Amino acid sequence: MADGTLTEERSRAAGRPRASRGTRRRRAAWVPYLPYLLPGAAAFIVVIGYPLVTNVYFSLFKWRGGMAPLRWNGLGNYVDLLGDEKFWTSFGNSLAMIVAMVLVPTLLGLVLAAVLFDYLGRRFGERVSSVLRATYYLPQILPVAVAGVLWNWILNSQTGALNVILRGIGVESPPNWLGDPTTALPSVMLVLIWVQMGYPVVIFMAALQRVDPELYEAAELDGAGWWDRFRAITVPQIRPETFVVTLTCTVAALKVFGPIYVLTRGGPESSTLVPSYYSYLSFFDKSQVGYGAAIATVLTLVIVVVALIILGLQNRAERREREGI
Amino acid sequence: MAVATDARPAPRSARARAAAIDSRYRRGPGRWLVLAAAVLVGLAVLAPFGIMLLNAFKSPQEYAANGPLSLPSSLYLDGVVAFWERTEFPVKLWNSVFISAVVAVLGALLSLLNAYAIGIGRVKGRLWIVALFLLANMLPQEALIYPLFTMAQSVGLSNSQWSVIIIFTVIQSAFGTYLLSSVLGTFPPALLEAAALDGASRWRILWQVVFPIVRPTLSVLMIFFFIWTWNEFFIPLVMLTSNDTQTIPIALASLQGDRMMDAPTINAGSLVSLVPAVVFFLIFQRTLTRGVTAGAVK
Repeated sequence: MADGTLTEERSRAAGRPRASRGTRRRRAAWVPYLPYLLPGAAAFIVVIGYPLVTNVYFSLFKWRGGMAPLRWNGLGNYVDLLGDEKFWTSFGNSLAMIVAMVLVPTLLGLVLAAVLFDYLGRRFGERVSSVLRATYYLPQILPVAVAGVLWNWILNSQTGALNVILRGIGVESPPNWLGDPTTALPSVMLVLIWVQMGYPVVIFMAALQRVDPELYEAAELDGAGWWDRFRAITVPQIRPETFVVTLTCTVAALKVFGPIYVLTRGGPESSTLVPSYYSYLSFFDKSQVGYGAAIATVLTLVIVVVALIILGLQNRAERREREGI
Repeated sequence: MAVATDARPAPRSARARAAAIDSRYRRGPGRWLVLAAAVLVGLAVLAPFGIMLLNAFKSPQEYAANGPLSLPSSLYLDGVVAFWERTEFPVKLWNSVFISAVVAVLGALLSLLNAYAIGIGRVKGRLWIVALFLLANMLPQEALIYPLFTMAQSVGLSNSQWSVIIIFTVIQSAFGTYLLSSVLGTFPPALLEAAALDGASRWRILWQVVFPIVRPTLSVLMIFFFIWTWNEFFIPLVMLTSNDTQTIPIALASLQGDRMMDAPTINAGSLVSLVPAVVFFLIFQRTLTRGVTAGAVK
C-alpha cells in the first residue's frame, strides 16, 4: 500500500532514507488526495444526503405541500400507515414483484444460460447461442416506459392486439387483462418477467465462461447427464453471480415504478399498487406530503434491510465454501 | 441426455478424448427438441416487437377489419406523422440526447475524481465511503424526490433540465465510483512512482498517467450512464413538467391517456421511441463487450 501512495513530498524524501520520518509521511500520504473527493462529497450531500434527511423530517409533519404550513404530527403518519389497508396491499404486491422480477427470471435465466452455453452452444455452434442470448436481452435495452406503453396497448380490452386475436379465434368475452382486479396483477407480472429475463441470462452466460471446461468433460466421461452437470457444476460454480443478480433484481423489484405507472397506475382497486407508486400518489396527487414521505422512508428501510440480509447470506455462503474446502 | 449413455471409446490422449466428446455432441435427435424450445422462448420475447412492427404502418380501418396479425396492405404513415407532430419528437429527442450525454460526461468525470482519491490516494475510511456510495445507489428515488423538488424550486431550477442532469450525475457516479475505485485499486504502482520521480504533480499524474490507461473503462461507464439516464422515468416525470423540457419516455407515456391515440399511433410512437436506444446499443455493443471483459481481468 505504501508503495502505491506517491506524492512529490515522498519522492523528494526518497533522497534521505530515514525510517522514522518515512512512516510519518506514509501515514499522511492520503491527505493530499482529499481535495479530489471534495466535488463528489459536496454533490453527494446536496443531492442524496440532505434530501434523504429532509424527507424523514417531512414524514413527521402533516403538510399539503407548497406554501401550506407544516403541522407537527410526530410519528402519527407512521401510526396511520400501520392501519392503512392500501399500505399493506402495496407491500404485499412488492412480494409479487419479487416473484416476477427475481424468482422467475433467475430460475429461468439459470436454465436458459446453461442450455445455451453447455448444450446448444456446443451442438449448434457459438453463433446460435449468441443470437438467442441477444434475443432474450432485447427487452432490457429499451426504456421500460416504452415497453409498458406497448404492452398496455397489446393488453387493452377493446382494441388491444391480444383480445382482437382471441375474439378472432372465437373467444366471446376475453378478459379485460389490466382492467380486472383478478387479472391485472398476473398480467403486470408477465410483462415484468418478459422485461427482466434477459438480464440473468447474460450475466450467467458470462459467468459460465470462467468455469473450467474440464469439469464438464470429466463429469461427462463419468456418465453424468445434462441435469447432473447442471446441478453439480453449473449451479454451485456461478453462485457469486446468482447472489449479485438476486441482490440487484430484488432492490429493483422493491423500487419498481415506471411499469406500474404506464400499465395500470396502481389500479384497478389498488390491485397493482406498489409502495413507490403509493408514495408518488400521496406526494403529487393527494397532496399528503408527510404521508408520502413516511411511505418512502419505510420503503427505504425495507430495501436497506433486505439488501443487508442478502449480503449477509452471501458472506455466509462464501465462508462455508472456504471452510468446506 | 440420451447422448451420455452412448458407448465411449477408451480415452487415449486429451485430443482423442475431446474429439470423442465432440462427435457425440453432434448426434441424437434430442438436440433439435432443445433448440426448438429455446427458439420458441426467443419468439415469445420477440412477439410484442413483431406485433408492433406489423401495426405501426397499418391504417386504423385496416386494423379494425383485418386485426393485428395481418400484413399491412399499404404503407400507412399517418401514425408516425401524428406521433411525430403531437410530441414534437425532434425536441424530445434532443432533450433526451442532451440530458443523457451531459450526465454521461459529468458522471464519468466525478467518478474518476472520487476513484482517484479512493483507489490511488487510498484515503482513510475508503471502505465506508464506497459502502455509502453503494447504499446511495440502492435508495428509492421516492425518498429523495420531494426535497429535491422543493430545492429545485427554491433555486430557480424547477422544470429545468439542469436539475435532472445534476441529480443523475450524482446518482450514476455513485455506481461509477464503486466500479472505478476497485479498478484503480489495482493500478500498477511502478507507473505512478516513475511519474512522481519525474516530478509530476498529482493533477498531472491523474490526467497523463491514470486517465489514458482507464479510458476504456471510462468509455464503458459513459455508455452505461447514457443508457441508464435515457431510460429513466420517475425523476424526469416529476421534474420536467412542460412540453419543451420533457424526454422521450415521458412524452410517450403522457400521450397514453389520450383518446385520440389509435393503434397505429401507439405502435408508431413505441417504434420511434425505441429506435434510438436500439441504434445506440448496436453502435456501442462492441465497446461494451470489450470493456466488460477488460474489467473482468482485473
